[in-house]
Amino acid sequence: MPMTITEKILAKHAGLKEVTPGQLINARVDIALGNDVTAPIAIDEFKKAGGTRVFDRERVVMIPDHFAPNKDIQSAANCKALREFAREQDLTHYYEVGQMGIEHALLPEQGIVVPGDLVIGADSHTCTYGALGAFSTGVGSTDLAAAMMTGELWFKVPETIKLIYRGKLGPWVGGKDLILYTIGQMGVDGALYMAMEFTGNAVDSLPMDGRFTMANMAIEAGAKNGIFPPDRITEQYVKGRARREYVFYTSDPGARCKEVREFDVSAVEPQVAFPPLPSNTKGVSEVGTVTIDQAVIGSCTNGRLNDLREAARVLKGRKVSPDVRLIIIPATPSIYRQALKEKLFDIFLDAGSVISPPTCGPCMGAHMGILAKGERAIATTNRNFTGRMGHPESEVYLSNPAIAAASAVLGRIGSPEELDRKE
Amino acid sequence: MKYRGKAWKFGSNINTDAIIPGPYLNVTEPEELAKHCMENENPRFVQEANEGDIIVAETNFGCGSSREHAPIAIKAKGVSCVIAKSFARIFYRNAFNMGLPIIESDEAVDGIQDGHEVEVDLGNGEITNKTTGKSFKANPIPPFMQEIIDDGGLMKHIAKRRS
Repeated sequence: MPMTITEKILAKHAGLKEVTPGQLINARVDIALGNDVTAPIAIDEFKKAGGTRVFDRERVVMIPDHFAPNKDIQSAANCKALREFAREQDLTHYYEVGQMGIEHALLPEQGIVVPGDLVIGADSHTCTYGALGAFSTGVGSTDLAAAMMTGELWFKVPETIKLIYRGKLGPWVGGKDLILYTIGQMGVDGALYMAMEFTGNAVDSLPMDGRFTMANMAIEAGAKNGIFPPDRITEQYVKGRARREYVFYTSDPGARCKEVREFDVSAVEPQVAFPPLPSNTKGVSEVGTVTIDQAVIGSCTNGRLNDLREAARVLKGRKVSPDVRLIIIPATPSIYRQALKEKLFDIFLDAGSVISPPTCGPCMGAHMGILAKGERAIATTNRNFTGRMGHPESEVYLSNPAIAAASAVLGRIGSPEELDRKE
Repeated sequence: MKYRGKAWKFGSNINTDAIIPGPYLNVTEPEELAKHCMENENPRFVQEANEGDIIVAETNFGCGSSREHAPIAIKAKGVSCVIAKSFARIFYRNAFNMGLPIIESDEAVDGIQDGHEVEVDLGNGEITNKTTGKSFKANPIPPFMQEIIDDGGLMKHIAKRRS
């Protein structure tokens, strides 16, 4: 029977010839990931259940990225718990501050996750690795604890919703805009429990960074996983990085899909998601006057090199509005170093922005740019829920890096084209 | 097992930041998390919800982050059961793993108002609004999932089976 890419990866890891949507399977896990928010609970559960050694020290990954560098004493204790467990278990992939990057940028960059993998992570944005053609999904700490012990976990095979993007992308339109537009059309539970498969000529030419952004936000449509068929662009990215052998799976012609949606992207302009949901999207030209106090460029969604380059193209020779704090957060040390080499930091500093070390930081209101009551931010992050970046009466608007950079200069939400017109 | 308490009604897409805001994610003690449960969504809930009370919500309850802190906070607040039209998938998994009873029913959610007295029988899927006297049928929770809840969550269930 023809199968989707998601079904093929799940079948392979369950040791089955084929699987069908709705089927409950027990599958082998290639990588199990935890961070300083979720792993302390998992470690505790692991020990309480009598766990002594993890199933494979090279396949359990721990990254202190959310409240690190340690925000306060409590955070320090959580990161310490990770560090001690990583040492005790002699984990290959524990990354200390200095080598640490935002998990979902770091793991693909370091070749720890590869195409064809089955990955679970105790973080909802674990779905990011679907960009590589892997099955990857977020779970809770208890599921992580079980996977750390056994190297296996149960799954329900998801139905697939196939998304086809056709046409040519407009100026300043990228992966972030396509995924925000999609969520705007489908709603935050439009793909609940399902696999989102991203296809079509508009995403075939999308660079890996844009694909990571799209797969990253599959969870914001309620999806179990988001996935791209691996191709030449994937091959170029993983070549020289992959630490294990990888397999390219693709969907068979005629594989079952619960739904097929087609989008003509030529008419899609840069998107802005209004609070309090990622589905409240508008084209940037329809935003009206929305003044901002802060702009954040970073996160597991948009903290990669292309994102920083895009922001730099907008900020070059310009100044951030005196009413705005612009916080730029390169997602990993190697992105940080490359941005420095390309002199992007000069552009950022000349513009009057601040450059943070890699951290999830303000995205989920942890630290490094919390909003006061009544303040408003535009951010390249993934969620604009009430109180996400601070006070319950603060607001977060989501966009791509170019819009966030242009808005920081304008002092209100707007596009690079508006800046050009103004000057 | 049956659960009975006062209904606290919530809307659609109650996300994990609403259930337990991000700034408290470096906290792991259940009692401490319970103090902030739903505080931005309905501040009255933290102060007035009693042991056994039941959350009744529209669609996609628990969307957003994978934080287990969310079902932990709800359970530690004393909530006995959550009824919703649908749950976000990671929350659904986490709730069972934490031993927090949850059940899906469109009819029950439409037929229960804030403050009504509600009884839920997880075993047969019957939800009764004691205030109006109306009963609703939901898909019962299969016995092996019920066992996980009765044992207090997945890891306790595993430990019990190993002993």
